[in-house]
Amino acid sequence: MNAHVAPQAAAAGSPPKSSFSVERSTRLGTATMVFFAVSLGFSVSMPFWADASHLRLLTELACYFVMAQMWNLLAGYGGLVSIGQQAYIGIGGYALIVFANMLGINPFFSVLLCGFVAALLAMPISQVVFRLPGAAFAIGTWAVAEILRLVVANTTALGGGSGVSLVALKEFERSTRESVTFWISISASYASVLFVYLLLRSRFGLALTAIRDAEVASQSQGIDVKRTKFLVYLISAFGFGISGGLYFLSNLRISPDAAFGVSWSPLIIFMVIIGGVGTIEGPLLGAVLFFLLSKVFEDYGTWYLTALGLIAVIVTIWFPQGLWGFVAKRFDLHLFPVQRRLRLLRGPSGKP
Amino acid sequence: MMIWVDAVMQGVLIGGLYALFAMGLSLMFGIMRMVNVAHGDMVILMAFLGLLMTEAFGLGPFAAMAVVVPIAFGIGYVLQRGVLNHTISKDPLRSLVVTFGISIVVQNLLLEFFSADTRAIASGGLESQSVALAGNLAAGVLPLIIFGSAVLLTIALQQLFGNTTIGRAFRATSDDPGAAALMGVNNAHVYAFATAIAIGILGIAGIFHGMRTIFSPTDGPAQLIYAFEAVIIGGMGSFWGTLAGGVILGITQAIGARIDPGWGVLLGHVTFVLVLLFKPNGLFPKTR
Repeated sequence: MNAHVAPQAAAAGSPPKSSFSVERSTRLGTATMVFFAVSLGFSVSMPFWADASHLRLLTELACYFVMAQMWNLLAGYGGLVSIGQQAYIGIGGYALIVFANMLGINPFFSVLLCGFVAALLAMPISQVVFRLPGAAFAIGTWAVAEILRLVVANTTALGGGSGVSLVALKEFERSTRESVTFWISISASYASVLFVYLLLRSRFGLALTAIRDAEVASQSQGIDVKRTKFLVYLISAFGFGISGGLYFLSNLRISPDAAFGVSWSPLIIFMVIIGGVGTIEGPLLGAVLFFLLSKVFEDYGTWYLTALGLIAVIVTIWFPQGLWGFVAKRFDLHLFPVQRRLRLLRGPSGKP
Repeated sequence: MMIWVDAVMQGVLIGGLYALFAMGLSLMFGIMRMVNVAHGDMVILMAFLGLLMTEAFGLGPFAAMAVVVPIAFGIGYVLQRGVLNHTISKDPLRSLVVTFGISIVVQNLLLEFFSADTRAIASGGLESQSVALAGNLAAGVLPLIIFGSAVLLTIALQQLFGNTTIGRAFRATSDDPGAAALMGVNNAHVYAFATAIAIGILGIAGIFHGMRTIFSPTDGPAQLIYAFEAVIIGGMGSFWGTLAGGVILGITQAIGARIDPGWGVLLGHVTFVLVLLFKPNGLFPKTR
């Protein structure tokens, strides 16, 4: 979905100025926001009445929401296709261990710090991977995640190859732990969606979509392409750091393979691709779909993954807009209107 | 002292295998700006095909190679013409996701049919033969054969690129696919032929890999990363550079492993990062 930009129509001369308007919000978008607020309230109340096992599942889903949203921002909007975002999941997870287990900081507060650590480490890492052109960037990020995995596996203080448990949570009662973890994960997933939505509606978002659609042209219009991409990379690292911290906060145990393993990447990428890359709704839809499928087909391990790989291939080649892209196009549905849409009004002659 | 000389020599020899993995990656990136994420899984797939030929049909490893290479060539051609040609664009997203999808499919099908057990291709005693060199230094016959093949294939690819009609078409489409098409080059065929060569080489590389060491269905990603690092260290667009990149990666891994077994692969990765930081175009970039 391209950004529709208005000035061309005015420059073309014929329609007088009053005959078109630039639409930035839709009625449906407002409805979404209302639903958003209501569902948030509903979710927050869940620990008081819902089953603990459901809370755990929803916490996992919330982590996927954040990851999918952040990968989509990076690849779908920033044009930075990475196969190595598990680097920041791992950094977040291990930062949690360092803060909570070793430094004695409140583990729930530590999750927020995990995001900052990830963003901080993303600065030097970006200096390396940004030197790789296009498709090579993707493999470079993966190599970085491998390096981190090996470094951690060779560091005895972090538990080495066999990993370490989050013992800092012992001092909390089980129900407190589960409720607070759930609240943090719910806030993180809502915040990530809201953040991406507001970001894309801002000046920065306009620059981002412009770069996605035509990098050279946007540079010539004065957009600092390198800086914009760098910022997107940092934001994405922050989000992945938070979700990594959260995931292992609810998992209670971390190992280098679980944290930095490449098996994260197909999950996240396939969620976004199947849901619809380059939209806010797509990753959400993809994450829910993926989550449900994985619970239903858990027992068919290899065949399930084979099918998932095939679906990703088929969707990418023949339905590149994904599920949500199809819905949006077919029904002109935009739950999160981020683009500026030109609406032609009826002129005095009755013609648009 | 001798142990370091030995480490360097073993590193050079294993570097030949990395170069064999890397050539196809370099070829595909050079011509189509495409990175085949499934490249490492193709190495393992060919190793399993080799295993099938030797165990089920009783072929020797080199006879198996003669069967697997044409199969690999065919797989490469069909894969590119039927699937990957649809993903070529300036945006790397589509080709990356599609080849990543293929990687997952290949890995899981191998797991389903061959289980997660580690396997090896019997090479009839070749793996234990060695040639005594100066002092108590010895080089394995199999690693020497692998390295020799890497050098020969580098020469062959360089010749193919420089002195043949298809090589000229490769260079033309790489520079400007639109203009090449206007001059009568069939880009779809050229791309498919390039991938066919890239995967065809893996028919040789995969079987050598299976003869040299044990392998299992999930070993592909590591091979992809080694191949990728060899390409980047050597510099894109030059086959001799890729061979040199493989050798440098092999040497640093071997030296690292002598310092501490846990640090071998890591030191190879570190070399890759250092090259990116200080010579982002690689150590032997194509001068043009």
